[in-house]
This record gives sequence, structure tokens and C-alpha cells, in this order.
Amino acid sequence: MSKRQLALVIDLNVCVGCHACVTSCKEWNGAGAAGPMSDQQPWGADPSGTFFNRVQTFEVGEYPNTQTVHFPKSCLHCEEPPCVPVCPTGASYKREEDGIVLVDYDKCIGCKYCSWACPYGAREVDAQQKVMKKCTLCVDRIYDARLPEADRLPACVKACPTSARIFGDIHDPQSAASVAIREHGGYALMPEWGTKPANHYLPRRITRMRIHDDELLRADNPLRVEGHPPRPAPDAATLDDVAPW
Amino acid sequence: MHPAISVILLTTLIGAGQGLLMALVTVQAWAWLALRPAPATTAFYLVGSLVALALLAAGLVASFFHLGRPERAWRAAAQWRTSWLSREVIVLPAFMGAVALYGLLHGLGAPMADAALAVGLAASVLSLALFVCTGMIYAAVRFLAEWHTPLTPLNYTLLGSASGFTLAAALAAALAPPHAGFLAGWALALTLAGAAGRAASLWRNARLVPRSTLQSAIGIQHPQIVQTSRGFTGGAFNLREFFHGASPGTMRWVMPAFAVLAFALPALLLGLALAGRAPPALAAIAFALQYAGLLAERWFFFAQANHPQNLYYQAVH
Repeated sequence: MSKRQLALVIDLNVCVGCHACVTSCKEWNGAGAAGPMSDQQPWGADPSGTFFNRVQTFEVGEYPNTQTVHFPKSCLHCEEPPCVPVCPTGASYKREEDGIVLVDYDKCIGCKYCSWACPYGAREVDAQQKVMKKCTLCVDRIYDARLPEADRLPACVKACPTSARIFGDIHDPQSAASVAIREHGGYALMPEWGTKPANHYLPRRITRMRIHDDELLRADNPLRVEGHPPRPAPDAATLDDVAPW
Repeated sequence: MHPAISVILLTTLIGAGQGLLMALVTVQAWAWLALRPAPATTAFYLVGSLVALALLAAGLVASFFHLGRPERAWRAAAQWRTSWLSREVIVLPAFMGAVALYGLLHGLGAPMADAALAVGLAASVLSLALFVCTGMIYAAVRFLAEWHTPLTPLNYTLLGSASGFTLAAALAAALAPPHAGFLAGWALALTLAGAAGRAASLWRNARLVPRSTLQSAIGIQHPQIVQTSRGFTGGAFNLREFFHGASPGTMRWVMPAFAVLAFALPALLLGLALAGRAPPALAAIAFALQYAGLLAERWFFFAQANHPQNLYYQAVH
């Protein structure tokens, strides 16, 4: 087991399915060390392309009692990665220092065997470069000392407008990622295979806002002390009731 | 899974080549043990070895078309400690070398026959090892339940051997007629054993319950989950590699087709030849039918395997 294990924790409770993580991943990695992420006929009738990250949508329940769940999916950087031992060349490997699973593009022969050995469908052959590609956790970015410290995060994490993606070392019990998993019921995908995915997901939670009457009526209105009740009175017409909009 | 033509050709061609070599060695070993009346002609061994080598070479060439970067194929020998694919990459050329040496020693004439037999026995061991490597490439992927069974390497061994012995019987009909019946008997037994093994795997596959569900795939425990978007409208590797794309109608007819072509008809023809009711040359037709049937069988082997990643790619938009 590697000492550190970097991972993403994805909060399904706040993901709104905007695909900002998908496009920022494509933008960064298309031009970075993991690139290109080629597209075939991007403006043609039958476009196709390489992505490290997808956002899928599921409808849970039966109408009208349904929940729409947006589900970002990328390499889970398993602690027991089944894709690594099957590689005939050693191109697929798991880094000892931080647990990131990577592909050495210069050694990959494009035999696709590792993709068969991944139950999550996290690996994609790039149709132009003809080698296997996958999420790198932006390994070319998170250690780049030239970047401001706040930018040393995976591109998807930086892009997420709802902070649904938490990045950190899940072997450090004090990291934000570990705390989120521990305190918000973080879980792994397809636990039945024993792959021990490093990435975790936080479940949907029902959050209710409790508002008491005195919070709406301003029981602490200082005018009350002077004998002047709040105006308009709670049962009187408000601007919303008389205005034409 | 998507059946790749390159892999279908690779596994069927080298299977026939491996079986053919083992058939040649079987004839020679039986003659050496004096269990057969007459040793076969040098031409039979020589032509047989060359045909086996040609089949293996054709399979090797086909395999390169499966690779994205075939110019780096030599790197695939590196991870033999963990990868069955790596082991196959090592054993296949070693076996081809042994077959070439076997043919060469026979070409040098009768004095080298015993040396050839020793090399042939070593080659037979390599042939069996190659069947195990090829079968284990599939059987070792635990996510593909249809493949993850000892029946997979067993059937690769039986089906490859059956086609190779049928081809050997056809060659013997032309070059070593006294041995044609002997080889047809082996071919018939192996064809029937292959039919039984494949029937067992089909029976098993029909009863499999997928271990992963949509619930475990996204971690939401609700009986009713429907994917409304797979996240993109275009094509992707995940759609091309893991779905066979054939219609349910095609899936229905391929299985009976290979049952007839790979097993029933060759068994019938070999049986007729054995009973003396048909000329031994019919083994050539039996081989052609069986090879065509094994192409369909291998296509079905891939198409029938259902990968858990497909749970994430159910919606077509």
C-alpha cells in the first residue's frame, strides 16, 4: 500500500451536472503532459473523442418521487488496481509515493487489455495517439512549484462551481477528503470486486431548513419597545400584493 | 465485448497450428512406441510442420492488427510475472521456434527422426502451455464472468486441438494414408470433447447472475434507477470496445451455426471417414467447415461476454 493516496471525493449532494469538470479536464489535459485528448470529426455527423472524466445522469425513484442524480465518473485510482498487473509491458503502474495510477504513453502498445480489467470503464484508447489514457489526477499540475499554491489542484476541482469535488490524501485522517468520507458517509463504487477505489462519493442528503415564526416576524423589532408594532402588519397587504408584477 | 477480427483470427489460427503440431508428434510418438504399424513419411512431417508454422505466423501477423502501437510489441514480454498476455507473447515465439526446429530435423532425413521426436515432445508441452496462456488471458479477467472459469482454457485447448487434428487427418489423407484413419479418430474424439466443453460453458453462462448492478455501480440503493444521460452524445471507446453491436437476431443464429459447423458436421464427416463410408480426403472439408465454425464460435465467445462497465453506458444520449 502506498504511503499517501491522493484521491477525489465527489459530493453527489451538490453536483449540479454542469460538466465544468469535464470541459476543464479536457482543456488542461488536452494541452498538458497527458495530451492530446484527440477528437475525431468533432463537427461531423458522428463525432467521437477521448475524455478522462464524464458526468452522467441517473433518475432514481418513480415519478413523482424522483431524484435526479448527476454522477461524475473518472479513474478511481484503486488501492488494488486490477488494470495494473494485466499490463504486458509495465506501461500501467501505480505510483508508490502518492497512489496515482498512470500510463506511460511511451511503453503502451495499445492492446486494450487493461481496459478489460477495469470494471468502471475508466480507461479510453486515444484514437489518434493509439495508447491507453486515463485520469492522471493532473499529476503535471498538482506538484508544479511554478503555480501558486492555490492552483496546485486537479483542473476539475478548480473548475467545480459548487465545490462538489474535494481533493486530498485519504491516508491522512486529517485531510479534507478523509474528513468528508468519514463524516458524510463516503462510499466506494462496486465494492464487490475488492478493488478498493481511492475516489469516494458522498451520498445525497435531505437537508431541511427549519424556520420559526418569530424569525419571520422579527420578534426583536426595536419599534415594539416604543409601542409601535412592525409595519406593515403581518396580515396587511404588502407591496407584492398590490403591485402589478 | 466487441469481437475484434484480429483476435478471432489469432486465437483460431494458432489453435489449429498448435493442434496440428501435436497431431504430428502423436503420430510419430505412437510409431516410436511401436503402437502403429508404419512410421509416416518425411513429407508428411515436413509439410505438416510448414503448415503449422504458416498458421502460427498468420496468427501472429493478425495479432499485430489488434495493437495500437505494433512497433512496440517487443515490450509485451516484460511483465510475465503478472500478465498472462505477456506470458503468451513469450510462449508463442518459443513454440514457433520449436515447430521450425521440428520441421528442420525431419527435413534432414531419417537419422534425425528421434531428435525430431524429442523436439516435438518439447514443442507439444509448449503448445499446451500456449493454450493455457491464451485461455487464461480471458479467464483471468474476473470482471467478465462468462470467461472467468477453468472451462475457458480447457475449451481453447480442446477446440484448437480438434481443428489441428482434423487438419492433420486431411494432410495424412494426401501424404500418409495409413495414418489418416488414426488421426481422424483423434480428431473425432477431440471434436466431441470440444463440443461437450463448449456446451458446458454455454450452460454455465446461461445461468450467470451479474455481480455488479446499477445500484452498486453508482452506490445508490434504490430498486428503480434509470440512466437518463451517459454524459455525451457522440462516440467513445467505451461504446466501441465493450458492446458487440449485433442484433438480438444475430446473437440467436450464431450459436446454432457454430454448433453445426464446428462440431456436428465435422464429427459426422470424420465418423463417416472412420467407418469407411467416405474417402479420408473428406477430412479436408471437415477442417474447412470446422475452421469456419470456430470463427463463429470465437465471435460468439467475445460477444456473449458482458462487461460491468456497460452499466454506466445504458442511455443512448
